Amino acid sequence: MDVMPKWADVVLIPVISLVLAALLSTLVIVAIGEDPVAAVKLMVTGALGSTYAWGYTLYYATNFIFTGLAVAVAFHARMFNIGGEGQATLGGLGVALICLALPWPHWALALPAAVVGAALFGAAWAAIPAWLQAKRGSHIVITTIMFNFIAASVLNYLLVNVMRPTGSMDPATAKFPPGAHLPTLHDLLAPFGIAFSRAAPANISFLIAVVACVLVWLLIWRTRLGYEIRAQGHSEPAAVYAGIRPVRIIMAAMLVSGALAGMMAINNVMGEAERLVLNSVEGAGFIGIAVALMGRNHPFGVFLAAILFGFLYQGGAELALWTNIPRELIVVIQALVILFTGALDNMVRMPLEKLFLALRKDRA
Amino acid sequence: MDFLTVLQVLDSTVRLSTPLLLACLAGLFSERAGIFDIGLEGKMLFAAFFSAAVAAVTGSVWLGLLAGIAASMVLAGIHGLASITFRGNQLISGVAINFLAAGLTVVIAQDWFRQGGRTPSLLGGARFEPVTLPFAEALRGVPGLGPVYYELISGHTVLVYLAFALVPATWWLLYRTRFGLRLRAVGENPAAVDTAGVSVIGLRFAAVAICGVLCGIAGAYLATALQAGFVKDMTAGRGFIALAALIFAKWRPWYALMATMLFGFLQAIALRYQNIDLGGVVVPVQVMDALPYILTVVILAGFVGRAIPPRAGGEPYVKER
Repeated sequence: MDVMPKWADVVLIPVISLVLAALLSTLVIVAIGEDPVAAVKLMVTGALGSTYAWGYTLYYATNFIFTGLAVAVAFHARMFNIGGEGQATLGGLGVALICLALPWPHWALALPAAVVGAALFGAAWAAIPAWLQAKRGSHIVITTIMFNFIAASVLNYLLVNVMRPTGSMDPATAKFPPGAHLPTLHDLLAPFGIAFSRAAPANISFLIAVVACVLVWLLIWRTRLGYEIRAQGHSEPAAVYAGIRPVRIIMAAMLVSGALAGMMAINNVMGEAERLVLNSVEGAGFIGIAVALMGRNHPFGVFLAAILFGFLYQGGAELALWTNIPRELIVVIQALVILFTGALDNMVRMPLEKLFLALRKDRA
Repeated sequence: MDFLTVLQVLDSTVRLSTPLLLACLAGLFSERAGIFDIGLEGKMLFAAFFSAAVAAVTGSVWLGLLAGIAASMVLAGIHGLASITFRGNQLISGVAINFLAAGLTVVIAQDWFRQGGRTPSLLGGARFEPVTLPFAEALRGVPGLGPVYYELISGHTVLVYLAFALVPATWWLLYRTRFGLRLRAVGENPAAVDTAGVSVIGLRFAAVAICGVLCGIAGAYLATALQAGFVKDMTAGRGFIALAALIFAKWRPWYALMATMLFGFLQAIALRYQNIDLGGVVVPVQVMDALPYILTVVILAGFVGRAIPPRAGGEPYVKER
């Protein structure tokens, strides 16, 4: 059955897809009359050249780890959760409600509470589409798209009419109490004598994202639930035959997925903005799709892909600042990565399979 | 609310429904042939930019329309390549196309026009002008029907009339021609169509191409008729509302007209009134914004009239195992 060795499937295909996406992006840069070599240099120094640059790259990467894991967990049950955007929006609401509810004395108390709030709200927003898919057969892709828009409207209503402090014109909540301020990488690394930029937004959420990667790995490959999720994803009839209940698995996978997407809010809402604003997710929910596809739904792959997209995001911001290349170039790259690693996977895979078959015949 | 206000809201409903209707019919062709398309939004956006750009440069709105259709067809071609030829995931391909359009339009607009990702404003012949139907001026004074004819039916751009004419045309094509029968069959049971000696791949590419043309017209309408020029992300979720309308309409042309009129009406109301007071209960504008999506979820849930998609939708066709 397996035509190709595992390393080709796990490493070679994503790398070739990435190279194709990079080539096309280079063409775009050339077409708009910019120098691609200078652009890449600028991106590398802008995203990796200083601790300030790393601070932004890791901040973005933290968002993408959470949303990437969310998409990956759902993918394992063969669910396409396109609603990370809405779930992260609601996660932000959960974080804001927790942070504003009490005068938190210390972040060590506020953070666990905020994680729970973000996860609960994110999971709740995924629960309705999951239930509709499991019980009523409503297509999860369409319902999660609809729920993204509904989430935007809900948040818009709450920020404009309910949560806005009196006298403020800005559709945003009040600033969180100082006790809810999360330590940044600067604060965390200072005791070790490492000087990390004070201004960059990367914070302790990055470590939580890394822990989340490990936990997702344990869940998917070392627990009974993970086994059942993967079995359901491979073949539902076989899973049913083995006594696995699809309704339960769909609900479980989507709740975990929604919770992970929601937890992104501890980074962008609690760690960076320290208040809830409109459109705080800024498309990170959708980037999760690219990250999960690129990372082959494996937590370690998701981690690497998230760092790559963090680099692209921060590098893209630098490009927009110093050249005529707008920030949207990153959206183009993201689209190409999704296209090649996701939709056109077979275009890369089929010639490679032929190549490996030919090599095997020669050896035999 | 007086009679004239009602007419104005309905008039605005017609104008706002048109892009939804065109995109909805586009999706209908694609999905009836078994190709899911969540890239309607991206194709409209791409067409909106290229139609506005070409119209701005050449001064001809018709060249703009053609450019918009061509641009949308390119994306439709990518979708066909990914989902038919390479049997990839149609949903992922749609997502990629939406992002590709969102990114490329701004990158190219910035390079060509240097106006922060927009095209120059379209003037004169670079825009579709309203058409005054015969006798509209003369009949304006007639009480009752006169204002209805003048305000509501007359005075739209040619694309609006085209969109409405496409509803019976689509119905006829799908239900009264051989091509339509085959198209519907390929979305339900492609193996049967293949057995009958008809090319599944050819039919599906034809459906995706029609989808591209209609999305192109929808996008061109947005940028050259409804508004005067392209601005970043100007489709603003209309592709997804059209998708919602398609489900609401249960993949049928006449229902598509009704669903898009309903959603267009909601948009017109939301545009005109911020908060609506219904006898003491104030309905906030956000409810109007969210209502198309909520209604679609309700319909999808099957509590009110179940929506059943074409059976082979989303499944790539493999001739032999």
